[in-house]
Amino acid sequence: MIRDFALQGAQMLLVLLLSPLLTGFVRKVKARLLRRQGPPLLQPYLDLIRLMRKDVVLAESASWLFRVIPYIVVAGTWVAASLVPTFGSGLMFSWSADLIAIIALLGSARFFLALAGLDVGTSFGGIGSSREVMIASLAEPAMLMIVFTLALIAGSTQLSTMAAYMLSGEEGLRVSLGLALLALIIVAIAENARIPIDNPATHLELTMVHEAMVLEYSGRHLALIDLSSELKLLLYISLIGCLFAPWGIAGPDASAQAHAIGVVTYLAKLAVGGFLLAVFETAISKMRVFRVPAFLGAALMLGLLATLLMFVSRSL
Amino acid sequence: MMVVYALYGVAALVVLAPVAIALSASPRGTSVVYGASLMITLTQGMIALLSLFGYSDPSSTVTLPLGLPWLGAHFRIDALAAFFLVVVNLGGASASLFALGYGRHEHSPQRVLPFYPAYLAAMNLVVMADDAFSFLVSWEFMSLTSWALVIAHHRISENVRAGYIYLLMASFGTLALLLAFGLLAGADGNYAFDAMRASHPSAALAALVLVLTIVGAGSKAGVVPLHAWLPLAHPAAPSHVSALMSGVMTKVAVYGLVRIVFDLLGPPDWWWSMAVLAVGGITAVMGVLYALMQHDLKRLLAYHTVENIGIIYIGLGLALAFKAEGMPLAAALALTAGLLHVFNHSVFKSLLFFGAGAVLNATGERDMEHLGGLIHRMPQTAFVFLVGCVAISALPPLNGFVSEWLTFQAILLSPQLPAWGLKFLVPAVGALLALSAALAAACFVKAFGVSFLGRARTPAAAQAQETDSNSLAAMYFLAALCLVAGILPGFFIDALAPVTKSLVGVSMPHQAGVEWLSIVPIAESRSSYNGLLVFIFVLLAGSTAAFAIHRLASDKLRRGPAWDCGYPDPSPATQYTASSFAQPIRRVYGTSVFRAREIGEIPPPGATTPARLTVELRDLIWDAAYAPVAEAIGYAAEKLNYLQFLTIRQYLSLVFTALVILLLVLAIWQ
Repeated sequence: MIRDFALQGAQMLLVLLLSPLLTGFVRKVKARLLRRQGPPLLQPYLDLIRLMRKDVVLAESASWLFRVIPYIVVAGTWVAASLVPTFGSGLMFSWSADLIAIIALLGSARFFLALAGLDVGTSFGGIGSSREVMIASLAEPAMLMIVFTLALIAGSTQLSTMAAYMLSGEEGLRVSLGLALLALIIVAIAENARIPIDNPATHLELTMVHEAMVLEYSGRHLALIDLSSELKLLLYISLIGCLFAPWGIAGPDASAQAHAIGVVTYLAKLAVGGFLLAVFETAISKMRVFRVPAFLGAALMLGLLATLLMFVSRSL
Repeated sequence: MMVVYALYGVAALVVLAPVAIALSASPRGTSVVYGASLMITLTQGMIALLSLFGYSDPSSTVTLPLGLPWLGAHFRIDALAAFFLVVVNLGGASASLFALGYGRHEHSPQRVLPFYPAYLAAMNLVVMADDAFSFLVSWEFMSLTSWALVIAHHRISENVRAGYIYLLMASFGTLALLLAFGLLAGADGNYAFDAMRASHPSAALAALVLVLTIVGAGSKAGVVPLHAWLPLAHPAAPSHVSALMSGVMTKVAVYGLVRIVFDLLGPPDWWWSMAVLAVGGITAVMGVLYALMQHDLKRLLAYHTVENIGIIYIGLGLALAFKAEGMPLAAALALTAGLLHVFNHSVFKSLLFFGAGAVLNATGERDMEHLGGLIHRMPQTAFVFLVGCVAISALPPLNGFVSEWLTFQAILLSPQLPAWGLKFLVPAVGALLALSAALAAACFVKAFGVSFLGRARTPAAAQAQETDSNSLAAMYFLAALCLVAGILPGFFIDALAPVTKSLVGVSMPHQAGVEWLSIVPIAESRSSYNGLLVFIFVLLAGSTAAFAIHRLASDKLRRGPAWDCGYPDPSPATQYTASSFAQPIRRVYGTSVFRAREIGEIPPPGATTPARLTVELRDLIWDAAYAPVAEAIGYAAEKLNYLQFLTIRQYLSLVFTALVILLLVLAIWQ
């Protein structure tokens, strides 16, 4: 009981502590690919600490909701990220939310963040919010279609069960699985506001989405918003890792050694995921905002196709 | 015995109606009528709860010597009726409580007070009716009383038009139901539900009854394309009545569908579910897309009712499919999902309409473009409205998510259905459901963000006052219910067990005993959700973060002007509006669905006229389905008008010709 509790707590701390490192790593790789020196690997931590120490400058028209939202967003994202299996599956509370609930929890966080964009009553906040919900209105259904496909393959929406099933190799290669992976990558890029959907490095472009929405935040509030986007990036890479590369994840009641292997492989997965993301982002340019629906529509159609194939093939 | 008590309650409401006419002149009349309605609906609700939990004999019937002389009026409360009675009276009680405060601002109470208790009585009667005749009479009574409430403010021409269209559609719907019951009763006229249950109609007849029921009950519930009246009529009524119409009356319409299709029509065929699912999927997405294009707060909410009816239909359609293919456990899951959404939607939709009513009272505005910044002036209303927004957007940990989660779980069971049509339809419907959930969240970011957040766009919004304590009490009660049903859904699912048991033979596994109060629809390895734990985790994580940062880092705060990238503009007109917020979505979805066009008029250089951007939206369903019918009726009426100006000889010869033709037809027939 205590061991289970400790493992669950370790997972919560692990994702919280690793997520700024992942972002720093992606930034570093991107900089090196551009032949720049780049900021130090630990820069995101320093940024967070610096922001947390600063005073908050709050707009005069901001309401109480604006001040509460950073905590809601970080809490929702953090809980969602700690429910995705990282180094071990079947943790104590892993059953308290299945994949659909995790996606919905992220949806709650985004709902509040979009409200924050409208709270101060500026046009930048509005443009960010309205584009964010437009992107979400395509990305969320696409994600649910992916969940449907994977759930039909694994016979479960519980991430631990799904990871164990994928690890068992019973399914082998499936067309649906490939389509779902492709769609999931597109959704992950969109959800994390990465290139080509959005540019995380700037907020001085008219096509910006996420950064425009949080433009009015400062100090500790901004630190929390940044932390939650870092957590979200970690969550999606963990999710792809746990579903499509479940090697090394320790099962329930595994030994300490298995868990250690789990942690090492998890770190390796994060590194590979972050590296691929950086390469992809360097190789591609940003899209116009109204090209995004076509891009995400492709993810939705791929997800639907994958689900349809599952429905049809299950009867054969 | 419960049914007798419930009938006494209905009688009390019916008596209250004429009393209200007398009372409406006095200043205390409003409080007396709504107070009495509150008491009666609370009692009715208790009776319904007791019946649902099995404290009454579901087979006990009361026959009153009313209605058809050889039949009488039958009333009964079985599990299904008990559940819907709970929904009706919960909505009725909260609306009455809200109206204790809200109704005081009514400037013509004599147009609202008498019809209000009568309307509540009618909805109670529809659910309790146990024969087709009393069902239809109550149904029509419900339509007429609600129509009277829709045109309560009859000096506004928009309301009169809404009332007219509502009356036409309600009559059309009742006609369809009348025909459906006529077919079910057969040639012998067995109008009692018992007799209908015993006789199984042939496949063709059942198909016809199904279509008529979807049309009849669906037009009242507002399924696309029969929804056109709903967004006109629901917002026109006073807000507590809007809440009843949207939150409760549409559920009574769902009751009609469930009663006929699951109970009276006999064992289902697999393709029945195709019809219900297709209607549900299209309704869900169209409803929310219409809502996104609105900037009238109450009309936006009304369109969301259309969307949620679609979600309920999806649950019911899946239940029909599973029932037809002999998968009772899955059918129980899908039916529970649909019925739980009935309950959930009635709670948060009432809450949202109350909030819209409070805003309307405080500012005199329904148009979101004239609101803004209300969270500063009406913090409590803003808070409860926000709870309603999160709940209706199907976000955890509130109740809307639970029922949609169950619907998704039911969809995930459907590959086992052997029928090929369903294999293609169900994933598509799943995608539509996911799309509607995501769009609903977008829509409520708009609704809440534009009306409550930002800066006040008009002086009315800047000077709004917080609403009264009765209204707030009603809204807090419903908001608490949203949370409780979201974090402890197991108890609500268990309460539905008798209903699913009576309709599909089994019920979902008992949930209240599951560890940590999770809900587990089938097996824990398959799927489980624990709203309570998720809520506690989020609460803990958030407060830990807040505590740690405030203690260890900084808790200082300064106020300053908004940053806005260095160019803040003091005019509130520079904020995003409802239509500019919806612009990206309008471009993505609206260009095909609504033929949305943006027409920019830019004056030539040097001209002093302002530049204009107008958006053109077309309601294709109205253009395709309603406009031609209206035109044809107008054309026919104009042509037939000629008959009014004939001479007496011509009239007599007309009668004679008609007689001859009829006799000829009769002769040929035999």
